[in-house]
Amino acid sequence: MDFILIILASGVATGTVLLYATVGEAFSERSGILNLGVEGMMLIGAMTAYKVSAATNNPWLGLLVAMFAAGAISQVHAFITITLQSDQVVSGLALNFLAIGISLVLGEGLTSLRDVVPSLPSFSIPVLVQIPILGRIFFTNQSVMVYLGFIFVPLAWYYINRTRPGLHLRAVGEYPAAADTLGIGVYSLRYFYVFVGGLLAGLGGATISLSISPGWFGALTTAGQGWIAIGLVIFAQWNPVRAAFGAYTFGALRRLVLDIQGPATLLGFANPFFYNPHNAFFLKMIPFAFTIVVLVIGSREANRKRIGTPSALGLPYIRGQRGL
Amino acid sequence: MNQEKLSTETEIVVRMSGVSKRFPGVLANDQVDFDLRKGEVHALLGENGAGKSTLMNVLAGMYRADGGTITVHDQLVDFGSPREAIEAGIGMVHQHFMLVPSQSVTENILLGLDEPRFRMHLPQYNRKIEQMAEQYGLHVDPAARIWQLTVGEQQRVEILKMLYRGADVLIMDEPTAVLAPSEIDELFNTLRSMTAQGKSIVFISHKLHEVMDISDRVTVLQKGAVTSSGVPTADVTRADLARMMVGREVVFRIDKKDVEIGDVVLSVEGLKADNEKGLPALRGVDLNVHAGEIVGLAGVAGNGQSELSETLAGLREALDGKVMVHGEDVTNKSVKSGIRQGISLVPADRTLVGTAPNLSVTDNVIMKNYDQSPIGHGWMVNSTEAGNYATELKDDYDIMVPTIDTSVRLLSGGNLQKVILAREISSDPKLMIAVQPTRGLDVGAIEGVQKLLLEQRESGAAILLISEELEELLSLSDRIYVIYEGEIMGEVLDGDIDKIGQMMTGTRLEQIDTQGDA
Repeated sequence: MDFILIILASGVATGTVLLYATVGEAFSERSGILNLGVEGMMLIGAMTAYKVSAATNNPWLGLLVAMFAAGAISQVHAFITITLQSDQVVSGLALNFLAIGISLVLGEGLTSLRDVVPSLPSFSIPVLVQIPILGRIFFTNQSVMVYLGFIFVPLAWYYINRTRPGLHLRAVGEYPAAADTLGIGVYSLRYFYVFVGGLLAGLGGATISLSISPGWFGALTTAGQGWIAIGLVIFAQWNPVRAAFGAYTFGALRRLVLDIQGPATLLGFANPFFYNPHNAFFLKMIPFAFTIVVLVIGSREANRKRIGTPSALGLPYIRGQRGL
Repeated sequence: MNQEKLSTETEIVVRMSGVSKRFPGVLANDQVDFDLRKGEVHALLGENGAGKSTLMNVLAGMYRADGGTITVHDQLVDFGSPREAIEAGIGMVHQHFMLVPSQSVTENILLGLDEPRFRMHLPQYNRKIEQMAEQYGLHVDPAARIWQLTVGEQQRVEILKMLYRGADVLIMDEPTAVLAPSEIDELFNTLRSMTAQGKSIVFISHKLHEVMDISDRVTVLQKGAVTSSGVPTADVTRADLARMMVGREVVFRIDKKDVEIGDVVLSVEGLKADNEKGLPALRGVDLNVHAGEIVGLAGVAGNGQSELSETLAGLREALDGKVMVHGEDVTNKSVKSGIRQGISLVPADRTLVGTAPNLSVTDNVIMKNYDQSPIGHGWMVNSTEAGNYATELKDDYDIMVPTIDTSVRLLSGGNLQKVILAREISSDPKLMIAVQPTRGLDVGAIEGVQKLLLEQRESGAAILLISEELEELLSLSDRIYVIYEGEIMGEVLDGDIDKIGQMMTGTRLEQIDTQGDA
């Protein structure tokens, strides 16, 4: 029981990283722009956050600068895909390599700063912590970023589904020509939401390096979580609440994969992952394999309920062209 | 009609004088004068490319005029965007609906407005829109999502969108092109109720009978210039309008020769198939077509016509039943074997199914015989021969295109259809399935397409003509089947419109006959 609660609680912590990145990508995709550079933007965020915190001794400032750094680099993708109307997949992949490269160069030497750089605080929430089971999972000694995530998700959902700017966001991603004829600025809104996607990917990255697993480990800091986030967006059907559910589940899965390598015996048998570390590579693959499974299930469901992909996702908007 | 309403005392809402609009290489509007009075339906008639939509796009703020003046309520205006036009009370309902399919009716109507400011209070706005819908007889559920609505309902949403923004001038761009006959009647009722409430309507069309039916006055454009400005519809005949529109006499009666009916070419028995959503679209269709006859298939859109044409051509799986061509079973055979059997399909969707838009005219016309001599040489294509072949077809079928290397996406609807027909007819089909062959074409092009179909009939092909234009079916077909919800309701030999109409709404022929006897 304790083992399960620990895994679930740290699943929520790890999942918070995915949560920010996934919701950020959902915003970008809702406006019609697929940004495959999430991994790179997260790495920029993680690196910047760590570097700024080290220099200023203020993790909050690090967090803020990290968000804007990732947001700024996302605008490269925005310019290429929105203004130059180039292919979003190619541009996203290029952005990814560019951002990873920048992070690795600027992150040189940061690894040795461990334990010197201040982290964001962790604490328990009074009263709520006493709820049986749920208190242990969600409210005990979690990072402040986890709690912010709890508040962020319903706000993001409300914004998309129940507000005027949210309505415009959905229209721009579904049928930009319709939005354009009604005087909504398609280009500027797309730029804005790609920026929002960058901000949140940066926030996700900063959450790793300043809070969930503090430190800078080069490309291993994010370890492919940006790609999982892109898969989760589809599973989440571009809905922040489903994104949270998916992110926490994946967080728990990642944690389980780590923890299962620890004990020498597993359910009374010799633990194959403990005695032969090579088997651990198989374990590390599981979250990614699971991403594929979840994608298949998610898209089937989306097809049935007709709430799938934003129709204009991946397509540049050119005024005066028929249809989209 | 409504003579007193047309008195000169009626307030003029919009006046366009000497409006010109030039696009690179084309003078789309040449010194056009147009005025719109309060409470009237003013039809703007002209062939495709005559400049009707351009003129109205200028009025609706999509384009800026290169010359001339526009006044709205005696105020000089110069709209830079659709938004400015709508603020002046001018709204346009486009031919291609500008609606977001995944959003609700209310959300679509509120899109782009300044109110509500942040929080959407949908139930409150739903009620408001419901009231407005009631007032104009535009029945639609405000909470429904657009994709759940029929085309007719979507059009109502577009109209509501403009009314909600306070439009008192509505420009309807070819509003009937996408509607079924019963929906057209409903639309006309709505338009009449709106004019009765003081709205003014510009009705863009190239269909003469509709213009005669609904409009109070009519302005005719031909090649960008006005040939008749604001004449009362009651004072002109259909033939007058046609002459002003085309610039020459148009023969409405189709010259149909007597052709000896041959053997059965197509026979379909108990054919069943599903649609994309996996729901039954054909529930046991029986029909046959003989050599040398055109058999019409009438029905409201979406009753299984497209599924039937696809199943016959081998593009859709038949779940049950039999399709025989010349006595040979071709059920669920490949498309290619169908082509060898002489089955030819002229699909409804010219740009996505009928042609490959980015390929040249040559590539598009050789799609059926690229592997046959002299064009095909083993695995190679002889491009010289292909070019010769394409040039020949271009001349024979009078395809207006700069060169045969032009991508077909640059062609007008009429020329595109000629490319398809050239390809299909030159394959010497035994059975031709033509789906909506004249939809969206102008009068001249329609004449040409219909003539080609009749020539095919004379040369002994069996033709199944699937169309939503009853008039066309009646004038071309030898017999007419009526389809309703995937079943054939009956067959009409004498072109009895009443019977066809009843069957189109789901009454079987036997039921009509017994009612008649009683």
